[in-house]
Amino acid sequence: MNVFPYLVAAWIFLTGCYGLVTSRNLIHAVGCLAVCQASTYVLLLAVGYRDNGTAPVFSDLKPGTRPLVDPVVQALALTDVVVGATVTALLLALVLQIAKRHGTVDPDELTELRG
Amino acid sequence: MSRRLRLWLLGVGGAGLAALLVAACLDVPAFGRRSHPYGERAVRASLARHTANVVSSVNFDQRAYDTLGEMSILFAAVLGCVVLLRQAGDEHRADPRPAEVALPVRRYALLVLPVALVTGLYVIAHGQLSPGGGFQGGVVAATALHLLYLGADYRALERVRPTGVFEVTDSLAACSYLVLGLAGLLAGTAFLANTLLPYGTFNTLSSGGLVPLLNAAIGMEVASAVVVLLAGFLDQAVEIEREKGS
Repeated sequence: MNVFPYLVAAWIFLTGCYGLVTSRNLIHAVGCLAVCQASTYVLLLAVGYRDNGTAPVFSDLKPGTRPLVDPVVQALALTDVVVGATVTALLLALVLQIAKRHGTVDPDELTELRG
Repeated sequence: MSRRLRLWLLGVGGAGLAALLVAACLDVPAFGRRSHPYGERAVRASLARHTANVVSSVNFDQRAYDTLGEMSILFAAVLGCVVLLRQAGDEHRADPRPAEVALPVRRYALLVLPVALVTGLYVIAHGQLSPGGGFQGGVVAATALHLLYLGADYRALERVRPTGVFEVTDSLAACSYLVLGLAGLLAGTAFLANTLLPYGTFNTLSSGGLVPLLNAAIGMEVASAVVVLLAGFLDQAVEIEREKGS
């Protein structure tokens, strides 16, 4: 199955989207966004995988002895994780303020604008 | 929009997106394939500059400019959280009450704290050699500090974690990344180009030229950013209360 990991990534992404749309709690929605983001980790690491590959780190590996997985997408996945964590933190801070000011975290109840 | 209409819209859009994604998946280069042209070039460049951890080489040498952007996102997010989680006008700070901690929890937390802190610093320091680096080690070191909250109580954590100091450290680390980049410009090469310092002996702490320095700056930034972030949320949970009757 050469496409299976990519399909898993697509499936995780769609699951996260479904959760986002049907969410009745903003904290749950932030969690769903994290699920969507997790699909990109799977996709990136799947793109970079090589059969029988090992980590691209030479502290205990002689260069050229074994095939390596792609280090570029691993660096991209690292960027992805960091940005995902900070965005989650920022969104949770927003949810906290919404809960304080409006007394609810249900997105359907947040229809009115208040100054 | 009613719930049914929304679900219906999601069904149509999701089915379309799923079809497109599957079509795209069938066209992506095969999983586990042998040829990775970018990866091979990255490994070659990393070996030429004596950096044992290729991922660190990509992050802090070949794509150091990209990491500058990533660091700015982190910095901006922390700034946003500090602003959002500040004490509002109708709130006051209550002194956190000393809490009872079960003895095994206290012992274990205080035992693990120094080990976790040293592990975090180790992961930062060896970023150019072994798996890990500034981002990962910074998170480990910052969360290690919070074992004090589990093992003792919030007041003990606040004594070892003056938020102001960590906010300044965060900014200083972000500045030092920029300054290290500008040093290249002053020396007549290019911004963040790793051609200034000697590359050193392969697989030693001082190898990799600019990589260990940028890695340390990121480690400092991430550690203080995580401390400031968690401080904002913990303050909200433990200390900040709304005034009565507002």
